[in-house]
Amino acid sequence: MSKSREDGAKKDQSMVIQKEMIANHYKRLERVPETREPVVYTFVPGNLTELVRSFGALPVLPEINALQSGMRKKSGDYIAEAERHGHSEDVCTYVKCDIGMIKAGNIGPTGTRLPKPDLLLLSYTGCYTFMKWFELLREEYDCPTVFFHVPYQGDGILEPEHREYMVRQLHEEVIPALEKATGNSYDEDRLKEYLALSARSEDDLVAVLQSAKQRPSPIDAYFGAVYYVGPIFSAFRGTQEGVNYYKALRQEVEARAAAGLGPVAPSGPMGEEKYRLVVEGPPNWTHFREFWQMFADEGACVVASTYTKVGGTYDFGFRHDPADPLGTQADYCGGCYTNINLPGRIDMLVDYLKAYEADGFVINSVKSCNSFSAGQLMMLREVEKRTGIPGAFIESDLVDPRYFSAANIKNRLESYLQMIDARRAGLSA
Amino acid sequence: MSRASIAQWAKELYEDLDFSVVRRWRENNPGRKAIGYLPVYAPREILHACGCLPVGIHGGGDRLEIIKGDAFYQSYICHLPRSVIELGQSGRLDMLSGVLFPSTCDVIRNLSGMWKLLYPEHYVRYIDVPQVADPRIATDFWAGELRRLLSDLGELSGHVPGEEELRASLALYNDLRQAIRELYAARSEAPWTVPSEELYLLLRAGELIPPEEFLAKIREYLAAARAEPGRMRDNSRVIVVGSFCEQPPLGLIKTIERAGCYIVDDDFILGNRFLVEDVPLEGDPIEGLAAAFIQSAVKSSVVYEPDPEGKRTLLKAQVEAARADGVIFAAASFCDPALLDRPMLKDGAEKAGIPCIAFKFSENSGQFQQFREQAGTFSDSIKLWGGV
Repeated sequence: MSKSREDGAKKDQSMVIQKEMIANHYKRLERVPETREPVVYTFVPGNLTELVRSFGALPVLPEINALQSGMRKKSGDYIAEAERHGHSEDVCTYVKCDIGMIKAGNIGPTGTRLPKPDLLLLSYTGCYTFMKWFELLREEYDCPTVFFHVPYQGDGILEPEHREYMVRQLHEEVIPALEKATGNSYDEDRLKEYLALSARSEDDLVAVLQSAKQRPSPIDAYFGAVYYVGPIFSAFRGTQEGVNYYKALRQEVEARAAAGLGPVAPSGPMGEEKYRLVVEGPPNWTHFREFWQMFADEGACVVASTYTKVGGTYDFGFRHDPADPLGTQADYCGGCYTNINLPGRIDMLVDYLKAYEADGFVINSVKSCNSFSAGQLMMLREVEKRTGIPGAFIESDLVDPRYFSAANIKNRLESYLQMIDARRAGLSA
Repeated sequence: MSRASIAQWAKELYEDLDFSVVRRWRENNPGRKAIGYLPVYAPREILHACGCLPVGIHGGGDRLEIIKGDAFYQSYICHLPRSVIELGQSGRLDMLSGVLFPSTCDVIRNLSGMWKLLYPEHYVRYIDVPQVADPRIATDFWAGELRRLLSDLGELSGHVPGEEELRASLALYNDLRQAIRELYAARSEAPWTVPSEELYLLLRAGELIPPEEFLAKIREYLAAARAEPGRMRDNSRVIVVGSFCEQPPLGLIKTIERAGCYIVDDDFILGNRFLVEDVPLEGDPIEGLAAAFIQSAVKSSVVYEPDPEGKRTLLKAQVEAARADGVIFAAASFCDPALLDRPMLKDGAEKAGIPCIAFKFSENSGQFQQFREQAGTFSDSIKLWGGV
């Protein structure tokens, strides 16, 4: 390991804390056959973690398993396994990675066995594929499924009647299903307590993400921030562990900001911040470090990203509100990034470009995810039109290693950054 | 009219990508609006009751050169939205005053947002059908959505229908769905007399004309078919699954039948018969339409299946009802709903001993040799070793 990498690891202590949290969570999941703790599978967008936890259940998020499998170079084999079982090469690779993992023995990304779900909580938030994913998992696990329909914000707002519809579903469908699956009764006081913890974590997360407004940014708000959102997007929103993590992270980032330091990239602290970029779309996970390093090598720091809002949009003011325990979860689900219509997503990108004083924006269009990708070419043009800032368009996939072409991506990124240089030279001439 | 002349009339409408028949309707009905909808399900009754012409937008098939549409979509997204964009960008949809985008998949969902930006003068509505298992919650939600649509279209058209007008539209569409069911039954009974090519063209024409005219045309066709029975061939009987959104090129449908497979059931243009039972005409018409969706929407890839056995048993039931020998999975490339459903449906079918084959198409596929060989081999294998 190089000295710089050692330095980076030392400085980024929050990553160590998070690793421990995740490892402990997976260990706890592995012990479920002995502890008999109930297990609820659900999705990142629209996850009802506080509610699930309030029933004493452990959440499992298949997207997190898939992306972790991608980062650990296991997803290619899992996808091939699913395709051997008749799954089309055209569809979401998260789904195929998950199905392949189950077919291969259901050993999770950290090497521990995953327990079967007691309930599939199908939070239908911003992604059509979720519906099919849990219909497919139901075939594998033969367990109960409860559907939670989050209406799409087609007109750009969460309609009051849609909010009521969600609250009613929570009351009459989701809570009874959780009671049945866990054997525990609904405890609103406990839920409120967890929601209050969520709001504290959310405050700290927003402070961390918004630190990127500073020059140089102390964080990378895409590659670095996918680690930051990990706990809040998965099993740790509404937990004291989550609160502790975000408090530590915030302190760490504020210290970096005070010292005028930039982010820590895979090979160590990033050098001079030459470019400030906004990124739309999920990252590629199979070559995540290589992908990040391409940006870092060029001095390109991502100062805002939309992917980090897919499990909840907090930087426009929303916080979980313990005073309205079910309504606040409806608000949360409705506002997840992929549940927002295309004009709303464009508004967000434009806002980020201005608020974070970015030099440009990059769209990473992933083959697997139509929810993100369909319409991104139009987003590119609209954002360019509204800001006068040209964007870059690169293509990869979530967890299918066959669709990551390093040379092509590097070439496009370098060309794009050269264009930013040329524009700067033109503007200053 | 003879069967051939009705089919020819339908083919002319199908091939006309300027939608002349819709434009003529607007000229003949000044002040009234034409409202488009994408696949799969849109509540056409509401459009009709507001005095609007419901117009199905099913892309340009193999008859449209894509010049601008490809600039809007990456190569790994299905073909339908790019041809819809092409139709829009070339001015071919300028006779529409609005477009509805049903919750079929994320591509059509996101196209609703693109449409808002491209055509701010259009009424654009994303139609989010209910997915929850509890019928009371689902019906209340869907009735609310329908009321919102009724209110919007009432304002747009300048005509807010009363309950009786709504009931008249519900009754008309009940009759229409019944006629389509009769058409399908006639084909299943004697597919040599109701070739799928003709049935399909008739359905496509029906997406462009007033429902009253479509109903009359189906009845006329059925009478003509009874009067002109075709000659039976030694074909296998198959059902085609997975073509409910992006439509196969006409050549593919012809190829399947010419290769020795009578199509005796399918999910082409599924939205025109999405409700399996009649909508009740008593009581509140909106509540009735909402309840009908909850209680009798056809089993499809675009609505959640709450029954764990549902996917496993669906094709067995369909094959038995159609007295089919096998199943052809024909999905558009990159069609999430069809392709994600396929492993579950195929597994259930194969466990029931139903022979299956699968292929993918694009609406603009122009080469059918591989489909001919696959379908021909499938038919031969059924004849040699038996179907269900």
